[in-house]
Amino acid sequence: MSQDSSENLKTTPLFDIHKELGGKLVPFAGWNMPIQFAGVVAEHTCVREKVGLFDVSHMGEIEIEGKDAKRFLQYLLSNDIEKMSDGTILYSLMCYKNGGVVDDLLVHRFSEDHYFLCVNASNSDKDYEWVARHSASYDVKTKNTSADTAQLALQGPESEKVLQSLCDVSLNDLSYYNFKKGKVDDIEGIISRTGYTGEDGFELYLPPEKVADVCRSLMRQGEPFGIQPIGLGARDTLRLEMGYALYGNEIDDQPTPLEAGLGWVIKFNKGEFIGREPLLQQKEQGLRRKLVGIKLLTRGVPRSHYRVLKEGEPVGEITSGTFSPSLNTGVGLCYVSKEYSGVGTRLEVEIRNQSVPAEVVRPPFVPGHVKK
Amino acid sequence: MEIPNDLLYTIEHEWVRLKDNRATIGISDFAQSQLGDVVFVELPAEGMELTKENTFGVVESVKTVSDVYVPVTGKVVAINKDLESQPDLVNSDPYGKGWMIEIEVSDSSSGEGLLKAEQYAEQCKNQE
Repeated sequence: MSQDSSENLKTTPLFDIHKELGGKLVPFAGWNMPIQFAGVVAEHTCVREKVGLFDVSHMGEIEIEGKDAKRFLQYLLSNDIEKMSDGTILYSLMCYKNGGVVDDLLVHRFSEDHYFLCVNASNSDKDYEWVARHSASYDVKTKNTSADTAQLALQGPESEKVLQSLCDVSLNDLSYYNFKKGKVDDIEGIISRTGYTGEDGFELYLPPEKVADVCRSLMRQGEPFGIQPIGLGARDTLRLEMGYALYGNEIDDQPTPLEAGLGWVIKFNKGEFIGREPLLQQKEQGLRRKLVGIKLLTRGVPRSHYRVLKEGEPVGEITSGTFSPSLNTGVGLCYVSKEYSGVGTRLEVEIRNQSVPAEVVRPPFVPGHVKK
Repeated sequence: MEIPNDLLYTIEHEWVRLKDNRATIGISDFAQSQLGDVVFVELPAEGMELTKENTFGVVESVKTVSDVYVPVTGKVVAINKDLESQPDLVNSDPYGKGWMIEIEVSDSSSGEGLLKAEQYAEQCKNQE
């Protein structure tokens, strides 16, 4: 239970507020981040039932601007950038030549020649380097704006009410995976209807020097609605209940995005893009493995790297696992060969040398409530 | 953080209440706050003989899983069955309703080496 030294860790502009609010800070992806405040279960439930505020300033941002921006992103990313219109957001993968994943990210389109990417904190330097390296033959400028951008996520059924009281954009008119420039608490920023929880909610990109004020205002406006600050612990249980992939767990530099069920963001028909050939080949040959949801049938909590068995024989390994606060059950994700991937298949998870019965389910583990 | 004076503690954050040859054992307030929401506790069967410093069970929280160590040698004479349906008692009342096992101590010298409250408090401070 000892803790790592907190030396050389980056802090977000909300560090002091986290401490004030009783956050427990831990090292995460090179940052000193709150893992919990009131407790993972209380925070999780608060987001599912009311509204919670997350500091996600550790996330990276990369801006791409220039005449060739669209053509460049079309080559760099797996999803179809062509079909985006101004103010829309697209989830995409950025792949290596072998079909492995550099990162999964959100593309935001300001205009045909101006976009920004929101990328994982743990990958942001590597991502920027990759983006810059491949941009050389295109007429685009790339900029790593991570250090100039703070980010808050306001998530939960009451989040629209809380944010609307401080925001000059009509949120009722902002649909899922759309964004607008606007003011929050008189501060210019970007308001997007996205999130990583499965609930309705927003992600706000704000100037670092102003984000603490906005955070305090949101906490104040959210008080009548039961708002709580939310740490990374609940961020993980919320995303896992939705079956959302996490870079480093379900996807990494190995060519598994199709097996991970991310074929819906890999558009083979759009033309050439990095990683297309090996992934297309995989698709044509047929996938051997599949990422499935695993739900334990008795008590226990599956954790990353626990072995998954079929009648005692190993058939896979848990990529992410947790206790689901909504279901009161252990749940996880796992790659298994196709023959064991059918919903209802009985498997076992090996927990401390005991086989705990489990069954294959199709994620999400709980229904989502994003605004459609 | 609460560290009652009448208990003894281990470096691994268990507490022991020694009374005659009986030892009641649980995990400290510090331990439960580090673990976060406890979702289940695995305990040994009554009658089992346990040796000091071996594991006697597992505490599983949402975030992590942690072994618990037996601070004295002896036989398990009672386990806290309430933890099966209410594992969160470990969080809400670590020194009371969140107790885990009671042991009949077979080696009277086995309480040696346990920490007093102020020594344990010092220990926790270094780990915060």
